[in-house]
Amino acid sequence: MNKKKLLGTPYFVWSVLFIIIPLCMVFYYGFTDKSGAFTLENIIAISKPEHAKALYLALGLSLISTLICLILAYPLAMILSNMNVNQHSFIVLIFILPMWMNFLLRTLAWQTLLEKTGVINSILSFLHLPALNVINTPYAIVLGMVYNFLPFMVLPIYNSLVKIDRNVIHAARDLGANGLQVFAKITLPLTLPGIISGITMVFIPALTTFVISKLLGGSKILLIGNVVEEEFTQAGNWNLGSGLSIVLMLFIIVNMIISSIFDKDGEGSVL
Amino acid sequence: MKKFVCSALMFCVFLSALLTGCGNSGGENGEVIVYNWGEYIDPETIDMFEEETGIKVVYDEFETNEIMYPKVEAGATAYDVICPSDYMIQKLIDNDLLSEINFDNIPNIKNIGQQYLDQSREFDPENKYSVPYCFGTVGILYNKTMVDGPIESWSVLWDEKYADNILMQDSVRDAFMVSLKLNGYSMNTLDETELETARDTLIEQKPLVQAYVIDQVRDKMIGGEAALGVIYSGEAIYTQRENADLAYVIPKEGTNVWIDSWVIPKNAPNKENAEAFINFMCREDIALMNFEYITYSTPNTAAQALIEDEDIRNSEIAFPDLSQYENLETFQYLGSEGEELYNNLWKEVKSD
Repeated sequence: MNKKKLLGTPYFVWSVLFIIIPLCMVFYYGFTDKSGAFTLENIIAISKPEHAKALYLALGLSLISTLICLILAYPLAMILSNMNVNQHSFIVLIFILPMWMNFLLRTLAWQTLLEKTGVINSILSFLHLPALNVINTPYAIVLGMVYNFLPFMVLPIYNSLVKIDRNVIHAARDLGANGLQVFAKITLPLTLPGIISGITMVFIPALTTFVISKLLGGSKILLIGNVVEEEFTQAGNWNLGSGLSIVLMLFIIVNMIISSIFDKDGEGSVL
Repeated sequence: MKKFVCSALMFCVFLSALLTGCGNSGGENGEVIVYNWGEYIDPETIDMFEEETGIKVVYDEFETNEIMYPKVEAGATAYDVICPSDYMIQKLIDNDLLSEINFDNIPNIKNIGQQYLDQSREFDPENKYSVPYCFGTVGILYNKTMVDGPIESWSVLWDEKYADNILMQDSVRDAFMVSLKLNGYSMNTLDETELETARDTLIEQKPLVQAYVIDQVRDKMIGGEAALGVIYSGEAIYTQRENADLAYVIPKEGTNVWIDSWVIPKNAPNKENAEAFINFMCREDIALMNFEYITYSTPNTAAQALIEDEDIRNSEIAFPDLSQYENLETFQYLGSEGEELYNNLWKEVKSD
C-alpha cells in the first residue's frame, strides 16, 4: 500500500501544481474585482446580452456537433466491432492516424480547403459546379468541431460494443427477436455508457473551443470560449475572464454528473 | 534559409544567455536584452552589432502592445530596450516605467528626420524617452482587378457590392479608428455617444465582412481571397512585391499615423549598452538594411537617401507627404477606464 502511494507522488505533485493551484487562482480571480475585494459581478456578467449570446451560440453549436458525431460514430463503431481482429485494428489505426498530427495544423488545413479560392472551390470551379461558401459561417465551425472530435465519440462506443458478450445476442436471436429488437433491447442499452462518455468527450471540448471558431469562423462568430480568451489576452481583465470560466465549469459539471449516473463502472472510458 | 539560420543562431544566443545566467555578463562588454515586435529587424544587424561592440544581444519578441505591457510592468524579465507604439509609450511614461535616454550616447539621432521627432511629441512631449524606429499609416489595400474605380474613402468598406470581400482588423483600436474616422470623429474620442455611433456603424458593416484578422490580411490579399483589406502601410510594399494587382491608399477621411520607437525601461540593467544599441540602429546603413528587410518605413532620413531603388525611395506608400492629408492622428493612451469602454463596445460588435 505504501509503495503504491509512493508511486502516485509524481502525479500528485503534478495535479497540485498544474490543476489544483490554477483552479484556485481561477476561483480567486473570478470572485474578486481589480482591487481584490469580493464580488459576484464577474459571475453575473454572464447575463449581459453579449456574453449570454456567446454562451447560447456555443451551447447550440456544440450540441449540434455532438449529435452529428453520434449519428456518424455509432454505425461506424458497429461496423468496426463486427470486423475480424486483423482488419479492425488496421481500421482503428487509420481512424486514429490524423490525431497524430497537430490539432491546429488540421484546423488550418480546413481553412485552406474551404477558402473562397481554396482547394475545394478550385476543384468545383474546374468542374463548372457552383462554389461552396461555408468558410466564416457557423457551418464551418460545426464542420471543424465534428472533424476534430469525432474519434472521441467513436472510440468509447466501439469499446462498449466489443465488450458485449456475443452469446447474449445469440440467445436473443434464438428466442425469436429480430434485428431491430436485438438492437433496441440489447445493443443500445449495453452501449449506453459508451454513448454517454462519448457525448461528454465531444461536448465539453466543443463548448469551450476558441480556436475552431477563430480560424474557421473568421472571428465573426463569438463563442463563449473566444470571450474568455480575449478577456485574458487582449482586454487584460483576468477577473471577468475567470468569472465567465467558472460559469462554463457549471455546464461541464452538470454534464459530468449525468455521465456518472449512466456510467457507474467507468465502462465507456476510452482505455 | 538564411533567415532560418539566423533565427536558429538567435535562439542559441538566447538559450546560452539563459544557461550562463547571472554572474556571467555574456559578451566581453556585457549584454543588452532587446524586446521587439516579431519579424521586425534584419537578424544580420544583430550579428554586426555584436561583432562591432562586443556586447551580446539577448533578443525576445512580442505580438501586440497589449501582450508586451504586463510583462514590462511586472518586471519579471528586466529588458534593456523595447520597441512599443506611440500610445503604449505614453502609457509606460504615465505609469513611470521608462527611464530618460542620455542623448550624448546617441549621436546618430541626427539621422532621424526632425518631423518624426516633432510627431513623437504627441506621446513623448519633450522627446526624452523615445527614439523613432519605424512609422507608417493604416489604409486600405485593394486588388485592382476586383474593384471598380478608384478607392479613396473608408466608406468603400461599407459598400454592399463588396460583401464577403472585405477584411477588417481584429483589434479594437484599429477597427474603431476606421469607424470613427468614417463618422468624422477623433479616433481618440472618449465621448460615449460618438463611440456608440461608431459601434453601430461597425455592426452595420459586419454582414459584409469576410473575416476579422490581423496578420492574415497580408496572405489573404496576396492570394486574391478578398478585394479590400485594412492594413499597415509597412506591409503594402511587401504584398505588392508578391502580387502586382494590389494597391494601397490612405482614405480621405484621415487615418492613424503611428510610430514605433525604442525606449529604455526604468529597471534596465544595462542602460549604456541599450543606448549603444539604439545608436547602432540609428546608423544609416543599419537602418537601410532593416528597411529593406522588413519594408516598414524608416524615419531615418539619411537611410532614406541611400535607398537605391528610385521607385521605393520616392514611394508614396513608404514615405508619404503627410501634409497633403487631412485629419491624420496618432493613437493616445485612453486610461484604464477608456480602454474598458472600447473593449466592451468591441465585444458588442463581435457578439452581434
